[in-house]
Parts: sequence; structure tokens; C-alpha cells
Amino acid sequence: MEKWSLMTITVLLGLIVRWTVSFGSYSGAGKPPMYGDYEAQRHWQEVTYNLPIKQWYFNTSDNNLQYWGLDYPPLTAYHSLLCAYVAKLINPDWIALHTSRGYESQPHKLFMRATVLIADLLVYIPAVILYCCYLKETSTKKKIASALCILLYPGLILIDYGHFHLGFALWGVLFLSYNWDLLGSLAFCLAVNYKQMELYHSLPFFCYLLGKCCQKGLTGKGLVLLIKIAFTVVASFAICWLPFCTEVEQILQVLRRLFPIDRGLFEDKVANIWCSLSVLIKIKNVMSPQTQLKLSFAFTFLTLLPACIKLTLQPSLRRFKFALVSCALSFFLFSFQVHEKSILLVSIPVCLMINEIPLMCTWFLLVSTFSMLPALILDGLLLDYVVTTLAFLTVCATSFSIFEKTSEEDLQLKSLSLSIRAYIPSFKAFPKIIKSLFIVSVTLMGILTSMSATLNPPQKLPDLFPVSVSVVSCLHFLFFLMYFNAIVLWDSRNGRNQKKIN
Amino acid sequence: SSVLKGGHLGIGGGGRTVKDSTCHSTDFEVHRNWLAITHNLPVSQWYYEATSEWTLDYPPFFAWFEYALSHVAKYFDQEMLVIQNLNYSSQATVFFQRLSVIFTDILFVYAAHECCKYVNGKRPGKELLEKPMFVLAVLLLWNFGLLIVDHIHFQYNGFLFGLMLLSVARLFQKRHLEGALLFAVLLHFKHIYIYVAPAYCVYLLRSYCFTANRADGSLKWSSFSFLRITSLGLIVCLVSALSLGPFAVLGQLPQVISRLFPFKRGLCHAYWAPNFWALYNAVDKTLAVVGIKYKFLDPEKIPKASMTGGLVQEFQHTVLPSVTPLATLICTFISILPSVFCLWFKPQGPRGFLQCLILCALSSFMFGWHVHEKAILLAILPLSLLSVESPKRAGIYLILTTTGHFALFPLLFTPPEITTKILLMLLFTVYSFSSLRALFRKEGPLLNWLETIYLIELVPLEIFCEIVFPLTPWNLKFPFIPLLLTSVYCALGITYAWLKLYVSVLTESVTVRQKAE
Repeated sequence: MEKWSLMTITVLLGLIVRWTVSFGSYSGAGKPPMYGDYEAQRHWQEVTYNLPIKQWYFNTSDNNLQYWGLDYPPLTAYHSLLCAYVAKLINPDWIALHTSRGYESQPHKLFMRATVLIADLLVYIPAVILYCCYLKETSTKKKIASALCILLYPGLILIDYGHFHLGFALWGVLFLSYNWDLLGSLAFCLAVNYKQMELYHSLPFFCYLLGKCCQKGLTGKGLVLLIKIAFTVVASFAICWLPFCTEVEQILQVLRRLFPIDRGLFEDKVANIWCSLSVLIKIKNVMSPQTQLKLSFAFTFLTLLPACIKLTLQPSLRRFKFALVSCALSFFLFSFQVHEKSILLVSIPVCLMINEIPLMCTWFLLVSTFSMLPALILDGLLLDYVVTTLAFLTVCATSFSIFEKTSEEDLQLKSLSLSIRAYIPSFKAFPKIIKSLFIVSVTLMGILTSMSATLNPPQKLPDLFPVSVSVVSCLHFLFFLMYFNAIVLWDSRNGRNQKKIN
Repeated sequence: SSVLKGGHLGIGGGGRTVKDSTCHSTDFEVHRNWLAITHNLPVSQWYYEATSEWTLDYPPFFAWFEYALSHVAKYFDQEMLVIQNLNYSSQATVFFQRLSVIFTDILFVYAAHECCKYVNGKRPGKELLEKPMFVLAVLLLWNFGLLIVDHIHFQYNGFLFGLMLLSVARLFQKRHLEGALLFAVLLHFKHIYIYVAPAYCVYLLRSYCFTANRADGSLKWSSFSFLRITSLGLIVCLVSALSLGPFAVLGQLPQVISRLFPFKRGLCHAYWAPNFWALYNAVDKTLAVVGIKYKFLDPEKIPKASMTGGLVQEFQHTVLPSVTPLATLICTFISILPSVFCLWFKPQGPRGFLQCLILCALSSFMFGWHVHEKAILLAILPLSLLSVESPKRAGIYLILTTTGHFALFPLLFTPPEITTKILLMLLFTVYSFSSLRALFRKEGPLLNWLETIYLIELVPLEIFCEIVFPLTPWNLKFPFIPLLLTSVYCALGITYAWLKLYVSVLTESVTVRQKAE
């Protein structure tokens, strides 16, 4: 069958799954007084439409920042404003100042879902399709399979708000893979201006582009490129922040909202090192907030420096993609105020490599969805989670035959195992270890899911299940951190010399 | 292909369970009511109970099936089994009902698997996606009509079609007695399958009871086997006795028959099924309007009742003669005759039987009394089996499927369902067109330009009916216009496909006879 018809079918399947899931429950449905993320989105439309720009990020009588105040950069606000204009055309009650708090109705749900779907359709899905269509050295079957698996990734489907930032970041990677550096930087800047968590990806972008400039020679073409990129970045930031540039206080207030340093090391149960460590040591009680901040900074940068340095010295597209994963994962594990949904920032770069290391990527994507289980159960999405995860696993397992392809080369660990064999000559166990670990891990996740769904936790430990989910996921993420760093650091191949991977 | 089957159950399961929160159709309440009736009342009351308006109007085997289900239902939610709880729909109830449909679909998956074995692929493709078996499996398991009707609305058609396809597969495998048994059982599950009973009767009589043919393919009267016809008769009688026996003993047969065949309902229900009578009604209405405008008719004499009103009621045509149930029966009988004669005089084995089955189903759809548009699935699913074998059938299949499925659109009209149905329809249409085109790449285009234009015009029609029309002022005065347009436009397509299939089957048998001579 022709490629375009298969791609159309893939896109339609992705859309159908998204649309049917979005008609399940949503976060905070029917839960006054604060409701959930859905209400937050609606509230932002209300605030941006009714109040002047100067007041969006400030605590005023009309704008109570405690009730879902804006804490994302300006592009999110502009997007909410656009949606608000459309909402006004359909039903002004949805965004009436003050009176529309907690507004819940079927047409409104339809409207919100439609905006999310359209946003995905315009930005995220084309990026995925173009990326898969232009994968080098892969058969058509693998391209379609990659697109299908990426579009069926449960994590993104189950989270009910727009993913513009991930879409823009994907466009950035796509442009960079064609050496259109300026467009790539522009796309990434837009992504950062949409959600500040995209800064997790900023170091790899920076190091890769810096490395490229260095390669071209810092005195000639490289310098020109560097200046052009710098100019693009500054210009895009300036345009996005233009309405706020009139007063320094405006900019500072926005920054304060974006980076709430006084909120503490972590909130709720996240699959993060700090949260998992707090099972053993109550870090919050032991150290002062300043020390916590410094400690998390230190650990984050320690873990991501090796990959970034290697990327700067020897930039290649492949290393860049792996570095995206490892840096984002370092940030997720060690950084400040990490939200559990930030794992998506790691998952999307992992999706990009699904045709190179299918087993590990599928494994990671399963774990990342599993780590969000407590939040999903709270939002009433358990059944959707089970169905989409099973579907995803089946599709990946059959399209990429992950259980057969577990040789060292397939796992990209050849260089590492060669080095290990220099010390331990009989070390050949990588494939078997990894396969058995995978099966154990999936079984464990299945058991924990069914336990969380059916059993009630004991009285003394009311948070038993969310905490165990977080700890298990955290251990997995540490393992993956080591794995991805190993690939980057031991990878001696250049972009040109890649063997044909099919 | 095991992935496909898992995928079918999965998509069904996922789609369904997630749509629990959207509105339920009346079919849902119908089946809940039947669960309650069969659980609480003794058998003698089943066909008399009338607390709810949705009385039991399927044959006894289905009632026993609901009885068996009710024993599982009581572990989910006891309240659904109380007859007085009209429109009861708790989360557990909905979940159980949806789960039961998914579970019974396993039979459909098995039947599709059996049918795929008998597909005659002339050119086995190198890739999995181009193998006829794979294409057929997808066309059957992910059939848009079945997904919509079973899983978004709520019916048990999956496993009933599974029974039918399984009996067809058994006949292909020359296991005639099993095929006959399965069909007899099916008839007592849902009597709509009586539409295709003539095909079964004639085929079994001709190709099973007469064990041999003469050299030129015609009937050899001396080869009649009494043993075979007795065994067939025994099977049918046994099944009927099992099903209707208890009611015959209780003397309730007339009541059962009146429930099963409610002729009080009108020629068409509120939304006209796209058959011949839709065209007939449309012509009648046009003539009436024209007649009033040009003063041929007296406006006083025309009855006010609209044929497309909400309630099903009897009505009279204004210009053309009114249609009675007997008239539809005669029309159906006449339209089946050519295909049945074809099957009798020129049997081509199981494939000929399948063609006759499809033609019987289509003809009954065209001329039947109070046909529901879902009945088009009776013709579409068996036609899938033929579509992967020859390009001509593939072309007819594409027209019939696309129009038939489009005609199901009015069943889903709430805003969330509109997007779902459009996406699913696009998915199925894109797949069926591209896969069949890939299968028959060397045979040239499957559809000629007129047919292609007709199918493309469905898109503007849909946009007009769902988006443009509700925003115009005529929406209040003539709310039935979208339904009427859909019905008439699809009726044209279905009639065309029916005639084309008929002509191709008849001309094929003529060439077979000429070759034999």
C-alpha cells in the first residue's frame, strides 16, 4: 500500500484514540472548590480575555493568583487568549469574569477537547509524521510503525491539555536534522516561551549548536553562525515578551511566577530522587531551602555535564538526540519543583529513537506512563490507562519484534560491552540480563497497577501505593539515566558512519 | 493476524469503555429491560410482559441468552434486574453491558478467522499488508458499521454475524450439516436472518441433497439422497422444537409471532432506510408538492401526518398507491427469484451460494417492510468475502459499503459522536479503498468516473447536513430535510450497487453455462 494512505490511516488512528480518551473523565471533574487542570485552562482564558496584559501575572482583586494563577510563559497566555476569543463567539458564559468559576457542561467540555485536538493536529502530529517520513535508512514499514507507536504513546494521550511546547521542540529537532539551524533555534525558543520546562532541553540544543559552530571554526563561518543563532534567540524572546518589556517589575513578576523557588523541593508524589529519598530521610526537615536549592542544582549539573561536554566536542545528530534524553532525565530526577507530568519532556525525545532501540524505548515509555499512575487514578482515567498501555505494548511488540532484537548491537551497547570485556573477558550477558529485567519490570508494573486499582491501602500508610509507584519508577529512571549516558559517552561513531539499521 | 484480532477486541473494548460517559441509546435500555424480564419472570410471561415499551421481540434463543447473561449481571449490579427500574443506567450496568458485547465478539473474531482461510488470493502479495487474507480480516473485524452499531450504540450483532459467517465458512468446508445447524440456531436468535433463508434452502437442497450432477452441470434427479434431506429436516425441526417448543406447549405461539413480526409499524420508520421505498416516498412527496403548486391536487384531501415524524405510525401515500405489507412481500419474492433460479440451475458451489445470499439480503433490504438501515450490514459483511477475490466485486463492494455506512450516520447525532463517526468512517474508507486498490493494482481502476463522483459528493452532502443546515432558518420549518437527503442519496447508490451485482452474477452464470456447453 502506498505510503501516504498508510500514514493517513496512522494519523486517523491516533486521532480516534485521542478523541475517545478525551471523552472520559477529566482532571478535577466535579471537585469543587479547586477542581483541576481543566479548570485551570478555563480560568486562564477568563483572565487573559477580561483583564489587561499588565495584570495577568499580578495578584489583584480581579486576579487571585492563588486560584490557578498563570504560571507559564507569555505564549501560553496568548494561546489562552485566542481560545477565549473563540469561546466568546460560542458562549460568553464560559469566560465571564468571576462568575464562570467551576463552569462544567457538556458543550464546554467539547469545546476544550476540540481546542486540544486542533492544537495537536496543527503542531504535534505534522511534526511526528514529517519526522518519521524523513528518517534516513529505514524501510517504509519501519517508518509507518514508528509513526504509529509515537502517536499511540499513552502518556501524551492521557494528559488532557495541549502539547504545543512538545510540538515546537519536535519541529526544532526536525529542522536541526536538516541543518536549518536558525529555524531550529527559533522553534525551540517558541517552545521555551510556551512552557518553561522546555529549559530541560536547552542544554543539549545549546551544546550541539555550539559544537557545530566550533567545528566550523570559531574565527570564520562558525562565528557568523553563532552570531546569527544568538540574534534569532534574542529576537524571538523579545517578540514574545514585548508587552512585558515596558517595566522591569513586569518581567521580574513573570519570572517569579515561572520559577516558584519558595515552593520547596517537591510537591506531591513524583518519581524523583528527592521524593524517593524522603522515604528514608526527611530532606525537607534536615536542610534549609537554600541548601536544598544548591544541592539539587549541584546534582543536576553533575549528572548532565559528561554528556553535554561530549556533545560539544563531537557534535552529531545522533548524540544530540541521546543527549536530549539524558539531560532531560537528569533534570527530572534531580531538579527543583518537578511536576510528574514533566516526564513527557523525556518521553518525546525517547520516542524519536524508537526505530533504533525499540526494546529500550518501549520499556522507557511504559515506565513513564506508569509513573503517572497515581495522578491518572485520581482523574478517573484508570481504564483508559490500561487499554492504551496494552494497545501500545502490542503495537510496539509486533511492529518492531522487540523480543527478538536484543543483541548487543541492537541495544547500542557494543562499544560499552567491548570495554567491559577488556576487564572481564567472559562478559556476554547484556542481552539476557536486559530481556529478563524487562519482563520482571513489566510484571511488577502490572502487579502494582492492579493493586493500586483494587486494594485499599492500610491505615497506617495511606500513601503506600503512590509512593511505591514513585520509588519503582525512580529506580527505573536511574537505570535509564545510566543507560543513555553510557550510549552517549561510549559512542564512537560519527553521523556518516552509521551502519544500516533495519 | 492474531494481532488484528486482539486489536479488534482491544479497539472495541477501548472505544466502548471510554465512551461510557456519553449518552446511551435506547437499545441499551431495551437490553437491560430484557435482562430484567428474563431474570425475574417465568418463561410463560416473557412474551406477555409489557411494563416497558420495549417488549421482547426477538426469538426465544435470544431470550435464553439474556437469561444466561442476567445470572452474570447480578454480580455487577442487582438493581438493573428490577423490571420497574426503567432507564436505569448506573456505571456498573453500563460497564457490564459493554463488557458482554466485547466478550460475545470473540465468536465473531473466530468466524472471521475461519472465513479468511477460504479466500482465494490469486496473487499472494509479498508483504503482509497486501495479502488478501489480511485485508479481509481488517475489513471484517474493523467494519465501521459493526463498530458503530454494536459498540457505540448497543447491540449484539457481532456474535450474530459471527454465527452467520461461521455457517458460511462451514458450507465452504463442505460441512453442510454443521452449517445448516448454525443457521437454524441463528434464525432463532434473530429472525431478521430469514431474509437469507431462501439462499440456504435452495443451496442445501440443490448441492447437498442431490449428490451428483450430470456432465453438463444440470440436475441429476436420480441422485436425490433421502438420508441427507431427512437429516437436514431433523436438524431444523429439532432446533425449532427447542426454541419454540415450550411456547407451543403453553399455547402462546400466536403471541410470540405477533411480537416477532409487528406489522403495525409503518412502511418506514422515522428515518427512511435507503431502500426502494425511500425513493418511492420521495417521488410521492415531490409529486404531491408539485401537484399542490400546479393545482392538480386539492390541499384539503392530503393527510397532515408527516412520514418522517418521530413516532412510527401508519400513513398513506398521497399520489402513488399506498403500499401494504403483502405488496412488499410480493416485491421481495419477485426480486429474489432470479438469483435463486441461478443457484438452482447453475450451482457454482459455495461461491455461488454466497453470491445468492448477498443478493437475497440486498433484495430483502430493498423491498422489505419496516427495514432498518442497520440491515445493510447483512449484505456488506458477506460481500467483503467476495471483494478480495475479484476486482469487479471489489468495485461494487466499495460503492455499497461507503453508501451503506454513510446511511448509518444519522444514528449518531450528538456533537462528540459526530467527530468519532467521521474519523472512523474516514479510517475505514481510506483503508478499504487503498487496500483493495493495492490488491488489484494490475487490473486498472476499480470504479469508473461516475461512481467516483457519486462517492465524492458524499462529502459535501455531509457538510451540508451536519454543519450548514442546522445553522440556517429552514432548520425549524423543515427539520427532516437532512435525513431525507441522506436517505434518498444513499438509496440511489445502494440500488445501483444491487443492480450492478445482480447483472454481474447473472452474466457470469450465463458465461459459465456457455463454457460448459
